[in-house]
Amino acid sequence: MKNIVVRFCGDSGDGMQLTGNMFAQLAAEMGNEISTLPDFPAEIRAPQGTLGGVSAFQVELGHEVYTSGDKADVVVAMNAAALKVCTLGSHFNHPQAHFDEEFSLYHRHAIVIVDTDSLSDKDLEKAQFHTSNPFEELGIPETVQIVPVALTTLTKEALKPSAVSHQPSEKAESSFNLDNKAVLKCRNMFALGLIYWLFDEPMEKAIHLLEEKFKKKPALVAPNTKVMVDGYNYGQNLALNVQQVHIEEPSAISHQNSAESSYTSIAGNKATAWGLIAAAEKAGKRLFLGSYPITPATDILHELAARKDMNVMAIQAEDEIAGVCTAIGAAFAGDLACTSTSGPGLSLKSEAIGLAVMAELPLVVIDVQRGGPSTGLPTKTEQTDLLQALYGRNGECPAVVIAASSSANCFDFAYEACRIALENMTPVILMTDTYLANGTALWRIPKLAELPEIKPQGVPEELKGHYNPALRDERGVRYWAFPGMEGYEHRNIGLERDATRGTISTNPENHEQMVLARKHKIEQIADRIPDLKVMKAHGEQRMDECLLVGWGSTEGHLHAAANELGCDLAQFNYICPLPKNTHEVLSRYQRIIVCELNTGQFAAYLRSQFPDIQIEQYNEIQGQPFAVERIVNFVKSIVD
Amino acid sequence: MEASQFKSDQYVRFCPGCGDHAICMALQKAMAQTGIPTHQVAVISGIGCSSRMPHYLNTYGFNTIHGRGGAIATGVKTSHPELTVWQMSGDGDCLAIGGNHFIHEIRRNVDLNVCMFNNRIYGLTKGQYSPTSPKGFVSKSSPFGTVERPFVPAELVLGARGTFFARTLDVDVPTTVDCLVAAQQHKGCSIVECLVNCVIFNNGTHAWIADREQRAEHSIILKHGEKMIFGKNNDKGLAISFQPSDLSLQLIVVPADDERVLVHDAHRQDPTLHRLLALMGQERNLEVMANGEKQEDESQLPIALGVIRDVEAETYDQAVNRQIAEVRGKAKAQNFDQLTATLEQWTSRSAIGSL
Repeated sequence: MKNIVVRFCGDSGDGMQLTGNMFAQLAAEMGNEISTLPDFPAEIRAPQGTLGGVSAFQVELGHEVYTSGDKADVVVAMNAAALKVCTLGSHFNHPQAHFDEEFSLYHRHAIVIVDTDSLSDKDLEKAQFHTSNPFEELGIPETVQIVPVALTTLTKEALKPSAVSHQPSEKAESSFNLDNKAVLKCRNMFALGLIYWLFDEPMEKAIHLLEEKFKKKPALVAPNTKVMVDGYNYGQNLALNVQQVHIEEPSAISHQNSAESSYTSIAGNKATAWGLIAAAEKAGKRLFLGSYPITPATDILHELAARKDMNVMAIQAEDEIAGVCTAIGAAFAGDLACTSTSGPGLSLKSEAIGLAVMAELPLVVIDVQRGGPSTGLPTKTEQTDLLQALYGRNGECPAVVIAASSSANCFDFAYEACRIALENMTPVILMTDTYLANGTALWRIPKLAELPEIKPQGVPEELKGHYNPALRDERGVRYWAFPGMEGYEHRNIGLERDATRGTISTNPENHEQMVLARKHKIEQIADRIPDLKVMKAHGEQRMDECLLVGWGSTEGHLHAAANELGCDLAQFNYICPLPKNTHEVLSRYQRIIVCELNTGQFAAYLRSQFPDIQIEQYNEIQGQPFAVERIVNFVKSIVD
Repeated sequence: MEASQFKSDQYVRFCPGCGDHAICMALQKAMAQTGIPTHQVAVISGIGCSSRMPHYLNTYGFNTIHGRGGAIATGVKTSHPELTVWQMSGDGDCLAIGGNHFIHEIRRNVDLNVCMFNNRIYGLTKGQYSPTSPKGFVSKSSPFGTVERPFVPAELVLGARGTFFARTLDVDVPTTVDCLVAAQQHKGCSIVECLVNCVIFNNGTHAWIADREQRAEHSIILKHGEKMIFGKNNDKGLAISFQPSDLSLQLIVVPADDERVLVHDAHRQDPTLHRLLALMGQERNLEVMANGEKQEDESQLPIALGVIRDVEAETYDQAVNRQIAEVRGKAKAQNFDQLTATLEQWTSRSAIGSL
């Protein structure tokens, strides 16, 4: 098989995120590309065993991995509720719903490993089953290969003192001494061991990885290792009636260019945080983050609060507004200043972002989008903040908007946001979302030296004693002087300023001149961003008159869809300003289909920029990433 | 340094007769007295009449958005603790729209010098009541009198565990200069409540003490280490009285030569006495009587001016920077390349086309 999608699902307390992450990391180390999707409930701990408490982790691995996969090929279901949710998908709450390939989270030919110890009458009742046979009740077809495993019993068995004595070589095991609750917590490692067997992964590397993951809890290393190895052996010795899965080696061509590079797997939020760190060091600036906890952006604050070793100053402010305002203060004082948030926080920060536009200060605003409006779907993904980022401020208030398009390139676009902000004295809004933020991908680790130069705007020496905050360079970017610099004292303002003297002005012509100057400053940035590139579909071009268009996090799904359809794809990372060749690219195609996870915000933006271009759109707003299959079906239905 | 060095070239646009003129002058004097060079000083403000102040000071200045001066000043000071940072704000900017930032800058003890201009009215929006307007106050937005209970700013400062509180009066420039200098010298969040007159919308709001005839009888200027004595003839003093019957602790007026007269200790950590001193005479400002007169205060206690509280505590900006220095001192990785070297990583043979 080329690519495989594995889904781990269980109760919130079953450790599915850890299990999935460990599996994904080992797969990556073994030379696979990966893309992951953690899918967990908003509640911290829903009642145990209930449908609302199901937490899942999905990973696609293999070669040319673009997404975390539409549907799973292999499922681990740790309890009855998890079995129901992954079988019925979004229909899990419908009474009498049956397996339906359209909604099910796994394929008709999937392997589903189920903990049979977690299917007692009580468990079934909690998961709202009405009969004692969940498989029949769910209408799971015979093509699905159910693998019943008594996970709980086998885990208890693995950790029994008597079981230990059979393995004299492993001394640490005599000191397990775990209570019943702690024993049950190891169930996920049995499942993981079983999956490792299924994929024929090497156990030495798996054990090494486990030791790394449990470094801070050394007492848990031995029992978890024991359970994991037992799980592996269980698969091997009892010769489970399942074919092992072998992923094809990549073709020789794709081995090129990869020499000497180091890789790791990284989550989008961490990549974002590290992009900021790298940019600060490259620019010779102190990194300042003012932030307030908000799902799904909080991990950026966590990461930067921990990076005091990198001289990062990360402030947990009293609210979202203070988060951006402390950052504006730090920018006024000469730092590389950032704030991280999600949609509701972006709303609260609007007025202050307007201040940064007016005061012409560099500021990076990271919006990790989630389902909205209002509190909406805090843990789900969506692309619905685009128009807010572009236009959600009072007055004529242009700011730069860019978007990352993979968990790994969150690093590059966070870095790019800093570069644009510092060189152009403007707020830059970086759009990511839940899918990128929590998902992980393979990341080629760069060296600082190979990253693009960042030259923060400065101020010429000859302006000493004559400086004012309205003075601009030939690009129209105002000079940056900040407190501590002798001879550049000045007053910055959120009021309109005189275009030559920099003092408060209400003059009508001056206001218009300043509005246009701020607009021009953003437009000229298009001179220093890359052209829009068209991704050609692999293989046969069956729909060469057709262009799929997307922006941000949907790149993987649209790339896979374009490959399948045999059409081209233009994925936008730069949104305001747009790449200079945008119109030229779009006008080459007869049919342009803009696909996004909202009701058509980017499509509306493109129409407003290029009224002569005919634009069609495909939209989903379900709080989930695209399913490649649905895009393909839609495009086929309108093109044929 | 000279006060003139702190004057900007901007024409001062406060209304003629506005109390802000006097505070502006006092600020320039105080800044000259403390001797911090102009380029090391940043003056941050929000919106309101008082927030125009940065334009008139020849330092670094930032006239920002309504209520957010405190958060922006926190960012300036924390990222650059070597700067001297002032915040100019009013009773609306600080206590209404910016109330959250105000209590948190105090709680964190950010080393800021905050001038809170209290004229008990919104001037720039042309005459609406503020969070310090007395209950029953008639204004454009309260034509039948407000039904709101006002704040006493000092209580809010002490409630947020403030380390410095001073109160001054626009017409008393020497006391204002003393308070501002003390605020600058205090390491921590210094709140100076400047009682200012709004000649247009709330004329005479502080007349009880602003009136030259009455000031000596109705106010006391507290000085650390000195006896609490006041009155036209310096014949009155303040003493503490404890009533066991109702467990009440209160300040009372006694003859100046009474041995019970207290000596002011602004450095005392326990805020109990500071609170009693700060609240003296504040009942007058809580409610307007039906006849339009202010409530009479039977205690005859004077309103306290000068530095009421000035205690030591670690500042937020120091603590944040100290922690970074400590962690950095022990850290193995100190730059990006060293940081990435700590990652679990491998040399992949796989295709990287899509990355």
